[in-house]
Amino acid sequence: MDGSDLGLWGVPLAMLAGAIRVSTPFIFVSLGECLTERSGRINLGLEGTLMMGAMTAYGTALLSGSPWLGVLVAAGVGLMLGALHAALCQLPKVNDIATGIGLMLFGTGLAFFLGKPYIQPKAPNLGALDLGAWSSIPQVQQALQVNPLFLIGIVLAFALAWALKNTRWGLIVRLAGESVDAALAIGASVGRVRLLATAVGGAFAGIGGAFLSLYYPGSWNEGLSSGQGLMAVALVIFARWDPIRCLWASLLFGAAGAISPALQSVGVTQGYYLFSAAPYVLTLALMIATCSPARSLRGAPAELGAVK
Amino acid sequence: MTAPSLELIGFTKRFGAMAALDDVSVRIGAGAFHALLGENGAGKSTLVKCAMGYYAADQGQILLNGREVEIAHPRQAHELGLGMVYQHFTLVPNMTVLENFVLSRGDLPAVIDWVSERRALKSFFETTPFTVPIDTPVADLAAGQKQKGEILRQLYLKRNLLILDEPTSVLTPDEADEVLTTLKKLTTSGQITIVTITHKFREVNTYCDAVTVLRRGQLIGTKPTSELDNDIMAEMMVGRRETRTVVEREARAPGKAVLKLEGLSVADNVGQLAVEELALDIRAGEIVGVAGVSGNGQRELVEALAGQRNVEAGKMLVHGEVYTATRPEMVRHKVACLPEEPLRNACVADMSVAENIALRSFDQPPSSPDGIRLRRSPMRETARKLIEAYKVKTPGPDAAIRGLSGGNVQRAVLARELSSEGDLLIVANPCFGLDFAAVAEIRARIVQARNRGAAVLLVSEDLDEILQLSDRIVVMFDGKLALQTDAATADVGAIGRAMAGH
Repeated sequence: MDGSDLGLWGVPLAMLAGAIRVSTPFIFVSLGECLTERSGRINLGLEGTLMMGAMTAYGTALLSGSPWLGVLVAAGVGLMLGALHAALCQLPKVNDIATGIGLMLFGTGLAFFLGKPYIQPKAPNLGALDLGAWSSIPQVQQALQVNPLFLIGIVLAFALAWALKNTRWGLIVRLAGESVDAALAIGASVGRVRLLATAVGGAFAGIGGAFLSLYYPGSWNEGLSSGQGLMAVALVIFARWDPIRCLWASLLFGAAGAISPALQSVGVTQGYYLFSAAPYVLTLALMIATCSPARSLRGAPAELGAVK
Repeated sequence: MTAPSLELIGFTKRFGAMAALDDVSVRIGAGAFHALLGENGAGKSTLVKCAMGYYAADQGQILLNGREVEIAHPRQAHELGLGMVYQHFTLVPNMTVLENFVLSRGDLPAVIDWVSERRALKSFFETTPFTVPIDTPVADLAAGQKQKGEILRQLYLKRNLLILDEPTSVLTPDEADEVLTTLKKLTTSGQITIVTITHKFREVNTYCDAVTVLRRGQLIGTKPTSELDNDIMAEMMVGRRETRTVVEREARAPGKAVLKLEGLSVADNVGQLAVEELALDIRAGEIVGVAGVSGNGQRELVEALAGQRNVEAGKMLVHGEVYTATRPEMVRHKVACLPEEPLRNACVADMSVAENIALRSFDQPPSSPDGIRLRRSPMRETARKLIEAYKVKTPGPDAAIRGLSGGNVQRAVLARELSSEGDLLIVANPCFGLDFAAVAEIRARIVQARNRGAAVLLVSEDLDEILQLSDRIVVMFDGKLALQTDAATADVGAIGRAMAGH
């Protein structure tokens, strides 16, 4: 990216572009985690789901030639991993945090193992919509190349927020997350609600993985995720379990991730790796700022083990 | 809505060997405001939980409007129009009032039409004596509003017989009056029937038509309020206890004050003051018994003294020095503490008996020569001696304390706390759930500590225990001391009245 003719304006523009490009996996994973946690369960395994989604999407796209089929398969794999997590957690004396970490390692390990043959070949890309065609500035055009999954993610955030508030299904998911007693009192099966919510959440994370391997960075390798799946969990807490705030927080994280390349493009080359750590520093800072020993977090689902 | 009548006939419920209810019968007239009165463990909650289908009674028959009904599950009770309001809140805090009400109805369409639901709830609130804000998350409501919300939800669900389990325990007196006054109007207009569990005579006198008193699972009697006064009620509740059996003790004049509480205020978990400006002295060689119905601040008081809870205002002084319940202070002033539920509050359940017994002294010689290294064998040796001296039944000093029975956990903790020959002993419900022999022994140990000159603060919900052990008795009500009296001249009736807020 050559931003020198835009001067310092290149930095916010590059961060906007970054927000649009980098945020998509954050959006999907955090929405998936948001849904899961609203039902009263934590799934820390979404990092593994993300990697499995990325690998299977890439493999499917490579073999079938259709990247969108890859997205679908990634969603299916995510669904199964989510269901596996939920099923394990329903066994007596099983802790959802330990299971989640186990599944995170299992997912990434399995993805590396099965993904070995896909590191070299080039799979077809998902492609993008040129929303910047109105501008004559090439940087703006480039920044506004938007992948359809980003738009789907935005729609999904609003749809999820609406569904949690206005549908029977959404209210019962929330009830399962807030009060098991109250859910049982109206005859809802807490186990089944959490199973479904966790499975669907896993499917979202799988789609996030497909974006990584099929659009940006757009290849399959073992360093693909760099912890987005875990950061999304922190992001859900920062967003106070609200899907729409998850969307804003994802954009913020995406923009933070773009600081380093953006500064590089205007000639600030010192501290490249320091600025690369911005999303992680942001995660840490947000966790410290929003946690308090005296009270549990406002908006936290009451049945969520880790915040009790 | 028309108020139904309810008759419970011959209810018996056993938990193991203990009869929580023994052939109890109550008749509640249509449109009555009926009080159930009794000490902790008298069987009030068990009775209403049997009626609501939460417990299966061993025996008992329910007549609703004179017709026999079967209630084996809370849902059946709800269908018959029986609803219960608890001490604790059941509305979901992270949802709005409207969401809570609509959800609890249970018959939701796939997509909820909030516009018409809001309209329906608004017009329902026009018919009710009080309202709560519809679109506020329940977490943002004050305690009084939450309790009103709980009651309104029962009315919204068309329940016409409400069972209230200490409905005013979380309310200020003004809030309680407002809620009870409106409930009273609903009963006198014949819309609902109310059964309320309470400890407060003031509320019984002002609002209730009839009172049923239970004591240790037995029915003492049902009488209209007009025939009762506080003395009779107190006597029915706590019984005549003229034959006061006192555990034998040396006669000794109390010494200097060991513990002084000055204007002590402690907040509960939700931030309300559970202990308010408490002032109390405990002198060397005396047992001060704190009587009272549970939930009047005793737990918070003990937790503050044990260092488990922060103090909001006021001072705790031990031996005249400010005491903040830190470990060095506890060692220096020789403070020992036997909290209730010792397995949870005073033990590490998965550690061994020897390690648990060493919790007070593991960083001092001989268990640790320098405060850094630990030596197991002196620890085990001390434990072995104490296990024998206090007759703790355990497979050995290395067994996990979790595996011990309640009485033996209590003995192990008591051994640890008393072995240091403390100057101040804080004890809470030490005999709860223990068998007869264990009770006698633990009480004797507490008196022994007093005899050798320790100051003892004994908090107990068991009035008999207080009467047996104490030199001086205070009653806590609503976070304050309602009564202070010398145990030798104590009037049980007055104590009962003070426990009920009179």
